[in-house]
Amino acid sequence: MEPVTYNLIGAGLIVIGAGVGLGQIGGKAMEGIARQPEAAGKIQTAMIIIAALLEGLAFGALFLGK
Amino acid sequence: MKIAQHTLKLLCFLLITLSGSISFAANDTTQKDTGEINTSEKVKDYIAHHIKDSHDFHLVSYTNDAGERKHVGFPLPVILWSSNGLATFMSSEFHHTDDGSVIVEKNGSKFVKVHSKIYELEPNASSISFDDEKHPINANRVIDFSITKSVFGMLVAGILMLLLFGGLARQYKKTAIPKGFGRVLEPLVIYVRDEIARPNVGEKHYRKFTGYLLTVFFFIWVLNLMGLTPLGFNVTGQLAVTAALAVFTLIIYTVSGNADYWKHMLWMPGVPVLIRPFLAVIEIAGAFIVKPFSLLVRLFANISAGHIIVMSLIAIMVVMKTELGAFGSTLLSFVLSLFITLIELLVAFLQAYIFTMLSALFIGMAVAEHDHDHKHDDHGKESTDAEDVRSEFI
Amino acid sequence: METLLNDFSPGLFVMQTVILLALIFLMVKFAWKPIIGSLDERESGIKAALEAAENARREMENLQADNQKLLQESRLERENMLKEAREIKKSMIEDAKDEAKNQANAMIEQALEAIENEKRSAMAELKNHVASLSIEIAEKVVRQELENKDKQLELVESMLSDAKLN
Repeated sequence: MEPVTYNLIGAGLIVIGAGVGLGQIGGKAMEGIARQPEAAGKIQTAMIIIAALLEGLAFGALFLGK
Repeated sequence: MKIAQHTLKLLCFLLITLSGSISFAANDTTQKDTGEINTSEKVKDYIAHHIKDSHDFHLVSYTNDAGERKHVGFPLPVILWSSNGLATFMSSEFHHTDDGSVIVEKNGSKFVKVHSKIYELEPNASSISFDDEKHPINANRVIDFSITKSVFGMLVAGILMLLLFGGLARQYKKTAIPKGFGRVLEPLVIYVRDEIARPNVGEKHYRKFTGYLLTVFFFIWVLNLMGLTPLGFNVTGQLAVTAALAVFTLIIYTVSGNADYWKHMLWMPGVPVLIRPFLAVIEIAGAFIVKPFSLLVRLFANISAGHIIVMSLIAIMVVMKTELGAFGSTLLSFVLSLFITLIELLVAFLQAYIFTMLSALFIGMAVAEHDHDHKHDDHGKESTDAEDVRSEFI
Repeated sequence: METLLNDFSPGLFVMQTVILLALIFLMVKFAWKPIIGSLDERESGIKAALEAAENARREMENLQADNQKLLQESRLERENMLKEAREIKKSMIEDAKDEAKNQANAMIEQALEAIENEKRSAMAELKNHVASLSIEIAEKVVRQELENKDKQLELVESMLSDAKLN
């Protein structure tokens, strides 16, 4: 296979990993909000921070492979 | 929201890839090159070109009756620091070429523009030549201080911000409550101050950094929004721009870090001594590489990806014309790009928010005053650990 | 990575840095400082106004409480005064009664004493009178006796009948 294909496979793996991670973050945050709707603001902020960190990691990996 | 948007981005990527390959197969026959963007390869090139910075402000191109390709836009000044000193000229001297075919001679140096980058030819070379990987072999990069499209965009954004917020500031001199557009801007300023700066930097120190955070927030947001206009700015999608922003944050939290911050970074208290050097290495890497890198890459990647997606969706109109017909492809392209543009509006705000909030968080970490071992609540009472609470239930 | 680094334009980085520095400086000077300043001013103004309103409310409450207290006090005082007056009245009546009684008693006593004295003097006078009368009678009797024996007897007889008549 050409190296470009490897890159694409790697990108796919990264996206799968990031997707799973984001799903976990989002799901748990929803759970938390459902349990404690009064803490929704705090949970959202924390969720966005963690999602942003994860996103940074995923983008970093994606662009390292580009 | 974030997740949905990612899923959408992925779906759209898939769709574009598929549609691209199909139409590429359909348009296999060679056509007379009129300069129109009508094949998926050209669309790809066009998008790649758009994502990069450019030296002239290009608005629209059309082919006139005589079959000539006309470009509408205006040139921007090019300022170069070459081996023979400073050279300045207007970008129109390159005649819209991007393949190095036009050579501009200034101050005894010969300049060519290849893929939005300006090279200086070696003195004995008369035209640029490339190696197999399309890197120029007889030309060198010059330091390019040109007022490129991005710089122009930044200046526009800066002037816009100065006008808007300067106007708001002037309004306060006359009246306590702003009128007109100031009423829109004031809650935004309060939002950044109260929701980003105050909780993340900390009540005690946030005042010092509010100016920086406000500037960065509105700078990124305005530029992101300008990127969504048909003017085609892609300023926050330039690695150099986001890198500069991240370096600013890095410098600020490094300079304003207190003794506690450095102590926790270099000689972490509360862990075995043998582990401390390893932790110090990790912490230093985290503070000086990972944090700024994540800041710069996130903004750059999100905005670039957004531009690629929107442009790809618009390109559906061109590349799927044969499959869906003119009306079908236009409708599909319109619906999808409208939808994605709305999401990009949200992303424009979200990325500005995240950049500012993470900057505030990093600054907050650097200026926070730790009280060791135990956290105290408002009344100075020691808050119970989770372990303590749990033991009560068992 | 390579393409990214290739795309990285140092010139743009420098321009961005310069522009951002200038922008931060200008924005802080001409926009954020006055905006944040007047926002703070307004917030502190609102806070001060709220505090003033709260103070006024508290003062009002205090005033009302004071009024209430004053009213209570005056009511109490009035009641006290009334009570006192009533007591004074009562004691005055009592005193007057006592005095009158005493006076009356004293007068009665005096009168009794006077009567007793009168009686005594009258008795003494009567005694003297009776004594003198008896002496006179005795004198007369004795004289008549001396005149006639019959008559004497008669006299005794009559006297005795008199005594019987008594």
